[in-house]
Amino acid sequence: MVPAYYLVIKMRESIIMKIHYGTALGAVALVAVHILMRLSQKYSDSLQYQNVLANYHFLPYALMLEVILVLLSVHGFNGLRVILLELKQGIVYERVINYGSIVAMIVLVAYGSRTILMAGMGIS
Amino acid sequence: MATVEISKEQKPEPAKAPVQSTPKTITLRISRFNPSENTEKKFEEFKIPVQKWTTILEAILYVKQNLDHSIAVRYSCRQASCGSCGMKINGKPRLACYTKISELESNVITIEPMNNFPILRDLAVDFKQLFSTHKKMKPFIVNEESEVQSSTKEFIQTPKDLEKFLQFSYCIKCGLCNSACPTMATDKSFVGPQGLAQAYRYTADNRDQGKKDRLKIVDQSHGIWRCHFAGSCSNVCPKGVDPAMAIQLLRGYLLGFRK
Repeated sequence: MVPAYYLVIKMRESIIMKIHYGTALGAVALVAVHILMRLSQKYSDSLQYQNVLANYHFLPYALMLEVILVLLSVHGFNGLRVILLELKQGIVYERVINYGSIVAMIVLVAYGSRTILMAGMGIS
Repeated sequence: MATVEISKEQKPEPAKAPVQSTPKTITLRISRFNPSENTEKKFEEFKIPVQKWTTILEAILYVKQNLDHSIAVRYSCRQASCGSCGMKINGKPRLACYTKISELESNVITIEPMNNFPILRDLAVDFKQLFSTHKKMKPFIVNEESEVQSSTKEFIQTPKDLEKFLQFSYCIKCGLCNSACPTMATDKSFVGPQGLAQAYRYTADNRDQGKKDRLKIVDQSHGIWRCHFAGSCSNVCPKGVDPAMAIQLLRGYLLGFRK
C-alpha cells in the first residue's frame, strides 16, 4: 500500500494549488462567520472568559473552529512552502521544505485540536 | 512658337527642401562586463551624434565602428524579427533595433544586458536555458496523422480556431519577457513566461494532440503555478504576444475550466 505522505509529496502541483485556492475560499467564508459571531453581542463581551468557553462547549461552533484551523494551516503552510521554493532552489532544500511544511501543518493542527478538545471537555 | 504666359499667382512655388533632422549629441552609457576577466561590472560613456530616426542598435554600432570596437552585442535582422538584440534600455527590457533614441526622450541612455540571463560579455547574454525550456514545451504540432502522409490532405482550421493561438505564435524568442519576470529573478528553475506562452500556443491549436504531455511538463513545482501575474512579460513584449494571458488561459486547462 502506498503511504499517505508519499501521495502528498508526489501530488501534482495543480492538485496542491486547487487545495490552496479551495482552503482560501473556505477559510474566508468560515472566518467571516467567526467574526460575525463576535459581533452578535458586544465585541468586548464576546471575549469574556465564560463566553469564550461557551463557544468551545457548543459542538457545532467547536467543529467550525477545528475546520478553520485545518483550512488555515493547509493554506498558510502551503503558501509558505511556495514562497520558500521561489527563494532558493536545490533538490535537498526543496525536499526539506516540502516535508517540513507537511510536518509543520500536522503539528499545528494537532496542537490547535488539543486546545479545542481540552476547552470543549472543560480540561484546563 | 507660341508661348504661354503664366501669371504671377499661378507660378508654381519652388519645391520645398526635405525637412532636415537636426543631429544632436547624446551620452550612451554601456555596461561592460567580461566574466572571464573577473572584473566588476562598470559603465563606459560615449558621446555620439544621433538623428531623430537613430535606433539604439545603430547607436551601439556607431560606437563599435568609431569609438570602441570591443563592445560585445548580439544582433542580426535589424527589424524586430530575429529576437537577437534584446537588452535593458533605460531600465526596461527592449529590442535595440526596435527602439528609437528619440522616443526615450533622454539625453543619457543607459544600456545593460537583460536581467535573469547569464552574461556572456557586455550586452550579450546566454540563451541556453531559454532555448532548452522552449524545446521542452514541444513547440510543434503533435499529431499521429501527418499532413505529409498521402492519406491526409490537410488539417482544416476555421478562423475562430486560428484566433485562439495566432497571437501567441508571434513569439520571436527574444527573451524580453523572461528578463522582465519578477519570479524568474528569484526562481532560477521557473519555466518562464516564454516557455509557458509557447506551451499554450500549441495546446490551444486544434490540430495538436500533445496537450496532456505539455500540461504535465508545466504542472511542476517550478512550473505554471509560480506565476504571480505581475504582467511585466506582456508589458515588454515587442510582438504583442501577451504571455501573461497565455499563462492564465493555460491554467484554465489545469483547473478544468477549459477542455
